[in-house]
Amino acid sequence: MRRTLLWIGWLLAAVGPAALASDLAVRGQIVHTMAGEPIRDGVIIIVDGKISAVGPAAETPVPDGMRVLAAAVVTPGLIDAHTVVGLAGYLNQPHDQDQLERSAPLQPELRAIDAYNAREPLVSWVRSFGITTIHTGHGPGEVISGQTLIAKTAGGNVDEAVMVPAAMVAVTLGEGAVVSPGEKRKKPGTRSKAVAMLREQLIKAQEYVAKRDRDEDDKRPPRDLGLEVLSRVLAGEMPLLVTVHRHNDILSALRVQEEFDIPMVLDGATEAYLVMDRILEAGVAVFVHPTMTRAFGEKENLSFTTAAALINAGIPVAFQSGFESYVPKTRVALLEAAVTLAYGLDFNQALAALTSQPARLLGIADRVGSLEVGKDGDVALYDGDPFEYTTHCIGVVIEGEVVSEVVR
Amino acid sequence: MRTRWWVGALLAGLFSSIALGQEGMRAFVGGRIITVSGEVVENGVLLLRGNKIANVGPLDRVLVPAGVPVEDVSGKVIIPGLVDTHSHIGQVEGGDRSAPIQPDVRVMDSINVRHSSFQRAQAGGITTANIMPGSGHLMSGQTLYLKLRDGDVIDDLLLFTPDGRIAGGMKMANGTNSRRDPPFPGTRAKSAALVREQFIKAQEYRDKIARAGEDPEKMPDRDLAMEALVEVLEGKRVVHYHTHRHDDVLTIFRLREEFGFQVVLHHVSDAWKVADEIAAAGVPSSIILVDSPGGKLEARYLLFESGAALERAGALVAFHTDDYITDSRLFLRQPALGVRAGMSREVALQAVTLAPAKMMDLDDRIGSLQAGKDADFVILSGDPFSVYTRVLETWVEGVKVFDRDNEKDRLIAEGGYGAGNPRFESLDCLTEAGGR
Repeated sequence: MRRTLLWIGWLLAAVGPAALASDLAVRGQIVHTMAGEPIRDGVIIIVDGKISAVGPAAETPVPDGMRVLAAAVVTPGLIDAHTVVGLAGYLNQPHDQDQLERSAPLQPELRAIDAYNAREPLVSWVRSFGITTIHTGHGPGEVISGQTLIAKTAGGNVDEAVMVPAAMVAVTLGEGAVVSPGEKRKKPGTRSKAVAMLREQLIKAQEYVAKRDRDEDDKRPPRDLGLEVLSRVLAGEMPLLVTVHRHNDILSALRVQEEFDIPMVLDGATEAYLVMDRILEAGVAVFVHPTMTRAFGEKENLSFTTAAALINAGIPVAFQSGFESYVPKTRVALLEAAVTLAYGLDFNQALAALTSQPARLLGIADRVGSLEVGKDGDVALYDGDPFEYTTHCIGVVIEGEVVSEVVR
Repeated sequence: MRTRWWVGALLAGLFSSIALGQEGMRAFVGGRIITVSGEVVENGVLLLRGNKIANVGPLDRVLVPAGVPVEDVSGKVIIPGLVDTHSHIGQVEGGDRSAPIQPDVRVMDSINVRHSSFQRAQAGGITTANIMPGSGHLMSGQTLYLKLRDGDVIDDLLLFTPDGRIAGGMKMANGTNSRRDPPFPGTRAKSAALVREQFIKAQEYRDKIARAGEDPEKMPDRDLAMEALVEVLEGKRVVHYHTHRHDDVLTIFRLREEFGFQVVLHHVSDAWKVADEIAAAGVPSSIILVDSPGGKLEARYLLFESGAALERAGALVAFHTDDYITDSRLFLRQPALGVRAGMSREVALQAVTLAPAKMMDLDDRIGSLQAGKDADFVILSGDPFSVYTRVLETWVEGVKVFDRDNEKDRLIAEGGYGAGNPRFESLDCLTEAGGR
């Protein structure tokens, strides 16, 4: 046994870089690069984890000895624009639920990297459908619940997985932010109070920045982890990811955005179809609620047509799996996109909202979101239309490594 | 055989009295008809007479009498009305927190048939549903089999058994949902013991009645709980048993062996682990597919593959919505995902039509498109298992209850402002898990 292993090691060493796990070719009967027209019988060559060539098979030679994966349909690795997997675990027991700290309503200092479990089964579950990048972190449920991160769905620990350690600051307005009847928590009691608390905190951060920038050391304030994070928001470095559903709560969020001139993304935005002109005017993007999220409470007026309405109005939209407190413990962004597809979207619009669009909105378009030379070798393989109920994802590649071959 | 009889009857009607023969008749012509109980008919005819199916077959073999209103369904697909063995639509409630076993409680006394969740079910093609109380009790009450007719009051939707009783089952649960602070059980073994005690009491109650014979002096006092349990013991009321773990499934088999009740397993997350045992027991399973495993410890092995595993083992399998757990409007998505994970298309479609009808002892009336059965059917825009397919119309007993071309129906089907529910509705399963 040991001798066999030695032999294999020797062989690997002898073959050299061409046989590295991160070198791979993927051939598709149709390749949706999301950078130009789809390629019929296309090939993607990945060397050292990066795409070195992409084009029609006839014009794109595969180096000798390179492993070739083949599929009917090939897309860029999909991006889930907002999830909590990795902080939320599938067992749904106290020990694997780190997406929401309930001790206080304003905790921007909570870092997602301090909780992300790269080995959480929900991460490999969503990966098996072709999701290679997730924007995950603290979930909805407090006015400021903490930070988010962007990670690849591979790697044994957060350092190996993470692309952007501090991506956005998660905010909740509306019903999700306020205390429920009978609940004894340090949460605001009304919608107005939640907005007031958020504004107060941002004003504190403005004052903190002004004091921090003073010339004399002794006049600078002591470090404040939370205000440091909000100062990054004020500087335009981290957007607020605001979970809102009702139309009036959407306008409340946009009011805050205008007042502080900060980057913002609307999350969920169930009734966004009622205030599309205002969203367009504000120039913010929407991570639209999962299509199959349950239609009750603030989401009672959800529509299967919202994604199409927003996209066709010119609002940047990305799909997400969102947050689930029970069964299923996570949704799958691909499957959510699929259900909206026949309600006014076309294939390319839907696929863009799972690839190039979230890449752009998350600030990672230089690495992922399309199949172009120089980008990460993240690829999803399907045996048919990726959105069809009965199609399977048959392979997933991240930076040239085959990370899933389960047929799902 | 029956079909031939109907053709004969139709011909007779045609020759004797055309006007009488056409009374209440209606034909759907030109579509693909998936009958479920028989062959798939291309370019078919579905002929209704009143609330029943008069005939179904190919265009060249089924006679449509002159003057009968005809709807052209060319390019469309007709399937039987969908049957959901497990739904919580209509703000349904069952037992309260006072005791773990409450067979006296009837869901009939709680359902709001005007709730929009009923319309959503119609929009999803569901024509018959078993409305259940939650799973937070060992026995949470009497369920109700409803036809999703357009009704104003619960009476409008009721189904009756051949012996005149209101049709329904009994909801039971084991595993973790029904474990709570006393008087609820704290362990699985205690759960089983409490259930056995009640069934033994019911046997004694039944025997007392039998011994009393015609003598009113010897009759025991009426006991609503015992009366319902005696119906269970006599096989008149099917037990719908919420269960997840493989060992909990076997516990149900032990109870069934001891007391002889008729049972349908529900959810059965671990079905793929004990598919052979389930098949050998001859017990049907009504399963649910959700988009990821987990969310609770017992559902950590819930996979898309369960349907295929049960089919391979030769067990009867159905899907259910468990609405609000999954949306009734997307009920066909479950058999489609079953096909994705290896089920045959035939068994997958049976699993939302004829199989659940069998599990509710209603397969003589519903579940397939054949002459003499209730005129419950769905007109689809295409392949039942395609994400691109839409429910166009839903018919219950010859009456159209959903029409995608109707603006109000479309709002229910697609959602949008005003489609919403009244707020803070009961969500039995979620509530028990610690939600609102």
